[in-house]
Amino acid sequence: MSCELAQTRLHAYLDGELDAAGSADFNQHLRTCTVCAAALGEQETLRGVLQHTRLYSRAPAGLKLRIAENLPGPRAAKSAALFSWRWLAVAAALLLAAFLGWRQSTTNNQRNYAEAAMVAAVDAHLRSMQPGHLVDVQSTDQHTVKPWFAGKLDFAPPVHDFASNDFPLVGGRLDVIEGRTVAALVYGRRKHFINVFVEKATLDASWNGSGEAQGYHWTAWSKAGFKFCAVSDVSAADLEQLKQLFVQE
Amino acid sequence: MPPDVSTDVLNQDDRSRFEAIVMPHLDAAYNLARWLLGGRSEAEDVTQDAMLRAYRFFSTFHSGDPRAWLLQIVRNCCYTWLHKNRNWVDVDELDDASVPREKDTPETLAISVNDRERLTRALEQLSPHFREILVLRELEGCSYKEIAVITSRPMGTIMSALARARQQLRVLLTEPAPKEARLEL
Repeated sequence: MSCELAQTRLHAYLDGELDAAGSADFNQHLRTCTVCAAALGEQETLRGVLQHTRLYSRAPAGLKLRIAENLPGPRAAKSAALFSWRWLAVAAALLLAAFLGWRQSTTNNQRNYAEAAMVAAVDAHLRSMQPGHLVDVQSTDQHTVKPWFAGKLDFAPPVHDFASNDFPLVGGRLDVIEGRTVAALVYGRRKHFINVFVEKATLDASWNGSGEAQGYHWTAWSKAGFKFCAVSDVSAADLEQLKQLFVQE
Repeated sequence: MPPDVSTDVLNQDDRSRFEAIVMPHLDAAYNLARWLLGGRSEAEDVTQDAMLRAYRFFSTFHSGDPRAWLLQIVRNCCYTWLHKNRNWVDVDELDDASVPREKDTPETLAISVNDRERLTRALEQLSPHFREILVLRELEGCSYKEIAVITSRPMGTIMSALARARQQLRVLLTEPAPKEARLEL
């Protein structure tokens, strides 16, 4: 591969958009060309800076309510004054304030507990990145991965392949987080891996949110009696997208 | 607008579907608008407008990626706004398919994580087309295919467009080496 060609492909390689043969060719070239290797290093630095500096602007809370209020249609009928979106928004805000106040005062312990669990999940993710530790059952087929867990856990984790959304299932394994045995589902995202830890939900802890620990993003949610926590070095937006896929499944 | 497209009022089921499928991408919509328009209130107004527009045309969305579909609408609304309010003229500098050569680029990159202000300033100095492609790729995590859909560009041009956007950003973030250091060499 000529250097000129390699410099064109560098970006596709960086973005995980080359096929296996193309990646192999490029890797081969990298071994012999210091110019391209240095250029790739610079681009990786630039990407890291872009993705790890808080540049993402989330929509303000009020915007969502305002949009819902302005959508024409059955639930926003202007004549139904008593149940208009405006009142619903006020009620929701009051409820939310009350709930937050209540939670603030009573659930600090729970929150600390949940944060400790996230740090433990990030540790588990780091362990899994050691050579040979990622998966116990390697398969892109959810019908192979799901039965593999049978008998190893006292629950059957929901297993889905999201390859059509660019989150291909890589496999699964058992892991231990804070002494509890959990299912770990591994997904690919370009050249990165995402661990989704699944365990049975308990009623005592709030399990929702997202954050960062040791440079890794995590997103937690619960659905249908399960608690989920996704951990990876991909962007927070990627994790959110994967969460949505799980939630909509 | 095709005459058979039902607009304005969706039935209860469609509305629920819209809220389940499209509304979750509100953050993505707002983030793109924020980066294209700059100001917070402009971004809120245009995002709201785009959402209502998406709602009106929801009956034309059958399957596919709802995020890409929504972002396409947001992008169009942003450019219309820029055109009207900032006299922005669309000169598509991404049409050029050539990729910059690495040896033409200056010195080493001098930026660290969390230098948010400087990074924001550099991104804002880029033209909207360069900025949007970086936002879609690096902040939104879109694939080339998704970027091609959102920006209505041929798939084959995304790589070179990204290469040039990254190149420009890199130049803006590069500080020339101090003179003394160069003299020592």
